[in-house]
Amino acid sequence: MNRGAVNSFVNYGLVLAFYLIVQILRANGDLSRAFQAQLVPICVYIIMAISLNLVVGISGELSLGHAAFMSVGAFTGVVVSTMLVDSVASTPLRLAISILVGGIAAGIAGIFIGIPVLRLHGDYLAIVTLAFGEIIKNILNTVYVGLDSTGLHYGMTSINELGMDSAGKTIINGPMGAMGIDKASTFTAAIIMVLITLFAIQNMIRSRSGRAIMAIRDNRIAAEASGLNVMKYKMMAFVTAAAFAGMAGVLYALNYSTVVPKKFDFNTSILVLVFVVLGGLGNLRGSMIATAVLIILPEMLREYQLYRMLIYSIILIVVMLITNNERAHAIKDRLVAIVEDYFKKILAPIFRRKGGAK
Amino acid sequence: MGNQIENKEERIPILETVDLGIDFGGLTAVDNFNISIKNVEIAGLIGPNGAGKTTVFNLLTKVYQPTRGKILLGGKDTASMNTVQMNRAGVARTFQNIRLFDTLTVEENVKIGLHNEIHYNWFDGVFRTARYWKHEKYAHERAMELLSIFDMQGMANQKAGSLPYGAQRRLEIVRALGTNPSVLLLDEPAAGMNPSETAELMENIRKIRDTFQIAIVLIEHDMSLVMNICEEIAVLNYGKIIAKGTPEEIQANPKVIEAYLGKQKEEA
Repeated sequence: MNRGAVNSFVNYGLVLAFYLIVQILRANGDLSRAFQAQLVPICVYIIMAISLNLVVGISGELSLGHAAFMSVGAFTGVVVSTMLVDSVASTPLRLAISILVGGIAAGIAGIFIGIPVLRLHGDYLAIVTLAFGEIIKNILNTVYVGLDSTGLHYGMTSINELGMDSAGKTIINGPMGAMGIDKASTFTAAIIMVLITLFAIQNMIRSRSGRAIMAIRDNRIAAEASGLNVMKYKMMAFVTAAAFAGMAGVLYALNYSTVVPKKFDFNTSILVLVFVVLGGLGNLRGSMIATAVLIILPEMLREYQLYRMLIYSIILIVVMLITNNERAHAIKDRLVAIVEDYFKKILAPIFRRKGGAK
Repeated sequence: MGNQIENKEERIPILETVDLGIDFGGLTAVDNFNISIKNVEIAGLIGPNGAGKTTVFNLLTKVYQPTRGKILLGGKDTASMNTVQMNRAGVARTFQNIRLFDTLTVEENVKIGLHNEIHYNWFDGVFRTARYWKHEKYAHERAMELLSIFDMQGMANQKAGSLPYGAQRRLEIVRALGTNPSVLLLDEPAAGMNPSETAELMENIRKIRDTFQIAIVLIEHDMSLVMNICEEIAVLNYGKIIAKGTPEEIQANPKVIEAYLGKQKEEA
């Protein structure tokens, strides 16, 4: 088994360990309500961070509009879920279908935005993704969707213009967002989605496509001279990331009773970018850990009230300094080596019996 | 076009240029450039600094689109082709300022060269289908086979960016060979190498030509290398070919001596 494969399995293990620890704490009643309310968002933002890392870290293009794809998924998911409330009785199945459709919708949005955006490079690309993010948010501010006995109604002026009958149900009400959502997300479902995201993106990175994406990041001219279709692989990374952001959006929206478009603005995109940068570009495990820590941290600091955001920002700066410090890296490498040796010693007999890896 | 070339042997021209030229703004970088590279031939392109040698390579690989003239690959016009298509049609190259995929391993760099030879899609990659394993196994074996040309199998898992300079140059050649070219363009393959490394490289370039049965065009400043292994040499100065011929003819050509050393004085 090579290093990449080992890394992947360590990541699955970490997610499962997190799940088990939370379940045990929850069973013992050791988790505060505030913390329990953060469990699904933590998973949602982990998916966001992993998918954004595919664009920023693996593909090397700075995208500042990732939250826009989240919102496309979120509102699509809400509509699909509301439509299916009567016909699909099983909540997990309804959630799964909503996530799938939301992901596809965000993926399609990714294709349409990717075509113009990926022709640009560097700063220009970043600015344009930011602009598209705001455009999508503002479009969603004007979307009205309702459901009545005759089917789905939609418009862009007001809910009254939709011409629904008296029993009509408003699903999306412009800037007021989606209301009366039938909550479907659970922590277990969210963890499963994290595992699916990890599975897809990790395997993609360690395949022909991922190799091509990283080669283009490292040296575009050499990649072209080696016969790689640059646009195709940039699109692949961008659209895959958009689709998973969309799925995260569905998970997020179906965790609340209302969701407003304003939630998916520039700030959310930057927040996810902070998770990615702090966890390390191209480092999926780093993204996961950074996300979990940075969401839990403000909750834990709540008792310090006034100084909460001050401490939060100091911690951000300290982490930045440490991750860029060579001595800290050396210490980390040594710790990792010790842990690896330990696990190798434990696992060696198991693998030998299987006749598998070295 | 050189009559000498045609007289020598009945070999098919694999790469031909007809009155090739490119202008950058008002500056004519390359003009009236005519060469004919025969199949299984080692040709050299030499000239003083700034003569336009690398620009010629950039034209042949369509990094630049020519302003004038034609590039014929296997007799076919390549006017509509871009860099990627030129590579797929059989033109591979290395770069003067090494361009490797630094964060990828040596083996992965070679696998990028093999990219268009392994066929599985996004779905196969994510779900690890039988196709994935089959093609990755082939890619691994083929990459190792190609690395063995330069005895580099032992470095397979190192990051390309961490290799010593000479090994980076060799890796670029291996990667280019991975794309299964019919013409290999080497831009200063011996730059930064010591004499013994250069001698070894010379042997390897011959070996590559013989085992892969491809044409090789090289830009080089190391005259011992050029004169030793090239069968045909073209000399470029100020974007124009000033001489063409065998190494012996080039060495005796007064125009070439003038371009390199300046005009001879009367008494000298």
